[in-house]
Amino acid sequence: MRHILSVTVNNQPAVLARISGLFSRRNFNILSLNVGETELPEYSRMTIVVEGNTDTLEQVKKQLYKLIDVIKITELNQSNMIERDMAIIKVNCGKNQRSQVIQVVDVFRGKVVDFSLDTITVEITGDENKINAFIEIMKDFGIKEVVRTGIVAIDREMNNNVLTNS
Amino acid sequence: MPIHSGARIFVESLLREKVEVVFGYPGGKVIPLYDELYDAPIKHILVRHEQGAAHAADGYARSTGKVGVCIATSGPGATNLVTGLATAYMDSVPVVAFTGQAPTSLIGTDSFQEIDIRGITLPVTKHNYMVTNVKDLAKTIKEAFYIARTGRPGPVLVDLPVDVLKSHADFMYPQSVHLPGYQPTYEGNYMQIKLAAEAINTSQRPVIFAGGGVINSNASEELTNMAIKGRIPVVTSLMGLGAFPEDHELSLKMLGMHGTMYANYAISEADLIIGIGVRFDDRVTGKLETFAPYAKIIHIDIDPAEVNKNVKVDIPIVGNAKNVLDKLIPLIKAIERKEWLEKIKEWKRRFPLNYEYDDNSIKPQYLIEKLDELTDENTVIVTEVGQNQMWAAQYFHFSKPRSFITSGGLGTMGYGLPASMGVQVGNPDKTVINISGDGSFQMNLQELATISSNRLPVKIIILNNGTLGMVRQWQELFFDERYSATILENPNFVKLAQAYGIKSLRIDQTNDVEMALKEVLNYDGPVLLDVIIPQDENVFPMVPEGASINEMLELKKKKREKEKQGEVA
Repeated sequence: MRHILSVTVNNQPAVLARISGLFSRRNFNILSLNVGETELPEYSRMTIVVEGNTDTLEQVKKQLYKLIDVIKITELNQSNMIERDMAIIKVNCGKNQRSQVIQVVDVFRGKVVDFSLDTITVEITGDENKINAFIEIMKDFGIKEVVRTGIVAIDREMNNNVLTNS
Repeated sequence: MPIHSGARIFVESLLREKVEVVFGYPGGKVIPLYDELYDAPIKHILVRHEQGAAHAADGYARSTGKVGVCIATSGPGATNLVTGLATAYMDSVPVVAFTGQAPTSLIGTDSFQEIDIRGITLPVTKHNYMVTNVKDLAKTIKEAFYIARTGRPGPVLVDLPVDVLKSHADFMYPQSVHLPGYQPTYEGNYMQIKLAAEAINTSQRPVIFAGGGVINSNASEELTNMAIKGRIPVVTSLMGLGAFPEDHELSLKMLGMHGTMYANYAISEADLIIGIGVRFDDRVTGKLETFAPYAKIIHIDIDPAEVNKNVKVDIPIVGNAKNVLDKLIPLIKAIERKEWLEKIKEWKRRFPLNYEYDDNSIKPQYLIEKLDELTDENTVIVTEVGQNQMWAAQYFHFSKPRSFITSGGLGTMGYGLPASMGVQVGNPDKTVINISGDGSFQMNLQELATISSNRLPVKIIILNNGTLGMVRQWQELFFDERYSATILENPNFVKLAQAYGIKSLRIDQTNDVEMALKEVLNYDGPVLLDVIIPQDENVFPMVPEGASINEMLELKKKKREKEKQGEVA
């Protein structure tokens, strides 16, 4: 099963190595890992997508907490979070196919960000499934290159309010 | 506020941490630091290999409960510490290691003796640092010592680029640390403690399983009180030896792969296991699926990650063993448990540890028994790894915590000799005995020079069977007696010790054991005793790897009988 963890860590050298090293030596499987600055300059936030059963998840969380540089771990509930993945995709596309590709891009609410004589480059944002579906369709035209951010996610504030009020 | 060089800040910080002794080896990048140590009121023990420094600091820490400190230069000096740090990490030993490093301006350029020791030691330290600004040095050292000794103890490495040691800053040692990501839990949840007490009070067949955490948290007295109050038998892990007095009727000694049969039977038939400061290692549990099939499990440990890691726990209590036991003991009822204790007594009677005594060749078990007889409570046994370690664990009676020092988790051959130096330095009035094998001894024998030049009165006893005994035992039992790469051609250890200026003697007759041991124990100074033992003597009982712990191999008498029949025919 797929679990999404939001992990607040010290914004310091070697923190990424500590975390990725922990996953590999404990034989935990990372599907994606994303790291960036937060509202506070001293911390970074990672969104880590982990594959495993609940026992594995328990160990992942506990082992992460043992790292001195890990401040807080939140497990994001799939139904109460906002999750985004972004991809930039370079598609083979001659003059004749341009309008076809652009039509699909529109349906998926993507954005064309670059053209060349025989390619078109598209930016698309959404949850993982949407991006997977878009990539599937683009395969018909021939994908030249894909780059993805991996998931970034945050929990819904509404959900927190409901919990505190009840 | 005084302005000091980084090297001076280092020394001042160590003094604030009440460090009395450091083990180290100088090199290019730590010369400024050694220059400051030259006049400092801190004793420096010069080892002969950095691995020795790490193990010595570890032995010092295990035997005293204080933080052990070691120093190495950059590059190869630093990498030589790695095995020592990993050893300390696996057994939760508080050690702080300082390494020299290339100047910050050259880091990342593959400069001379530059290595990424922080990267290398990530998986074998509790935490590590590289100090890139002298202003952070005092704070970092404060944190390093704090992290090493608190919570679940462990090694911390601080990497010191040489320009940081040479540049200057205001010195003020911080009073406290601010580590929002590090908040160890010391007090167990009281609801959980009450649940545990209830489970204990209603249990018919409880067993306490005590480990290194009891020793680390100085909870031996509490453990003993609880066992006696509730009439609960106690087994210990290798790391827990000494946590409970082995001459007490409730002691079942060690469990696991080479544990006593009665300990393994008791665990296998228990209806409740109270694990205290243990991690349910595979050498203890054997086949997990059949481990303690009838037992509920209470697990008291300071590290929440140990709970449910290897076995499913019914009542977890995260906290310091001493604090938890203090709250638990008043809730424990005094119960007779006559039937259970009778059963255990019967197992003890029927399945004692045993070996075949021989007049003509020295049995290692016999030697350890004699050693046990001839020594008092003021003795610390430090072992190597393999058969020597298991015989010492089985046949010596440990009655006090910190009296058995051994590499349990990592199983580091070559640990014992340098560790015994650290033990002796930390405990000048104790008799420190390094029980060694001919294989392990040769892995760090350069430290004979350290022992000799510091006149550390360590007693080295080599159980010399001319083979890597434990591997040979597995080859005999499970690999058709194909002794691949396990027979050792050894130097003359007696002459070797003499070359280092260390008194030495050799025995190969059972009759000589007692006299030789007396001579070794009464000698005021370091001494090496080379004991020739039979090559085919094995450690029993033994749980084969992957088997259940109640499926033990017993002493193999049949082979001998067959041989005797052969002689007759």
